[in-house]
Amino acid sequence: MSAAIELRQVSKVYGSGPTEVHALREVDLSVQGGELVAVMGPSGSGKSTLLTIAGTLEEPTSGDVFIAGHELAGLSRNDRARVRRRSIGYVFQDYNLLAGLTAVENVALPLELDGVRIKAARAAAMEVLAMLGLAERATRYPDELSGGESQRVAIARAVVGERRLLLADEPTGALDSLSGETVMRMLRLASQNGVAGVVVTHDAQMASWADRVVFLRDGRVVDQTAPSAGPESLLAPGTTK
Amino acid sequence: MSIRHALLALLSEGPKYGLQLRQEFESRTGEVWPLNVGQVYTTLQRLERDGLVESEGSGGGGPQNVFTITPTGSDELNEWLRTPPDVVPPPRDELVIKLLVAMRVPGVDLPELLQVHRRHLVQAMQEYTHLKGEIAEGEVELSLVVDSELFRLEAIVRWLDTADARLKRLPARTASQDPTSAPRVGRKIAWVRR
Ligand SMILES: Nc1ncnc2c1ncn2[C@@H]1O[C@H](COP(=O)(O)OP(=O)(O)OP(=O)(O)O)[C@@H](O)[C@H]1O
Ligand SMILES: [Mg+2]
Repeated sequence: MSAAIELRQVSKVYGSGPTEVHALREVDLSVQGGELVAVMGPSGSGKSTLLTIAGTLEEPTSGDVFIAGHELAGLSRNDRARVRRRSIGYVFQDYNLLAGLTAVENVALPLELDGVRIKAARAAAMEVLAMLGLAERATRYPDELSGGESQRVAIARAVVGERRLLLADEPTGALDSLSGETVMRMLRLASQNGVAGVVVTHDAQMASWADRVVFLRDGRVVDQTAPSAGPESLLAPGTTK
Repeated sequence: MSIRHALLALLSEGPKYGLQLRQEFESRTGEVWPLNVGQVYTTLQRLERDGLVESEGSGGGGPQNVFTITPTGSDELNEWLRTPPDVVPPPRDELVIKLLVAMRVPGVDLPELLQVHRRHLVQAMQEYTHLKGEIAEGEVELSLVVDSELFRLEAIVRWLDTADARLKRLPARTASQDPTSAPRVGRKIAWVRR
């Protein structure tokens, strides 16, 4: 089975000459359907860059990106846009909600763009908003929402519909721990249903919902956690000491 | 956590037999309060001596007696619940000591050392979170205990992240430089913790 998303030797350089920034250096990352991966690292280590490249929003300077086995460089602009809209749910670090649409309209938009009838799209959108505790905020506009509410609307928009790949950039940054937990449980549920997920976070509690945690530093993957040994190992002496 | 207060808490729900207390203590609090069940009766006798509980029955504070919490006992329980925990950290935090030592050992890759500990801690957190994912909605006690472990471990990870960033800002320096700083740090910390 091919990975839902695979980055091979991906590097990204911004600018040139003295202002050159190596945001990513030879990054390999492969995420299977059903797997939730967290990416941790200090500010500026390349987390958002990694995610935008995985989400086909940006192209690598060198290296290859494969989505469900298809090499991205081989797709036309249109095809790429379709893949992005249909199969990738993206939560931006700064939410990117459309100011002229209400919360529920923002969430339903990707479905409507995909040809789902308005009524069905709105119903699906309402369902996800309710799961995130926002049923009462559905008809508000983004500038009438708190930071944490906007963030949850952005998450709802990313998970609505039949996405195969979820990419989330600091999806819990504006949330208190229990709301953050609700979001992570939701991403985990999606991954248990076969979706591949990549969550960027510098919050270790949020990252610990993932099956695997990848550590970035100065644009390089420097380490990752071993697959979970299961809760039994908590009973073994010396686990956390 | 003392058996005294665990027993007072169980009795605050209503009068109970000694035997019943023993069983409840074992089944309901075993996970949270891993204490010696054998001490239950001696503790009950002491609570009675101190006027915090009263017993009725064949005497001797045994299994057949019914125990009731007294008003003094309730006061004692409430006061204990509101007593702040000791916020002074353990005298020697092993990880802090390791980093301070490593800073003076030539050839140690400090970011790599910090990452080894970070990975270990995050892995432990993954296991706790996995457990949390399996806990049913109603088992709130267990969730609370797991949360507290997670916050404790997270605090250490954040300390590692901060240490990492602090060291990155430093101009490169060599081991054995500034040999006077260690005792000075010790004295200043002792002052802060007074
Ligand atoms: N469009 C751009 N032009 C130039 N440099 C950029 C651009 N985008 C990102 N960078 C640089 O690339 C590096 C990695 O940035 P990135 O946004 O991926 O970091 P990050 O790990 O997401 O950080 P944060 O935790 O602060 O969000 C940084 O040094 C950043 O300044
Ligand atoms: Mg970022």
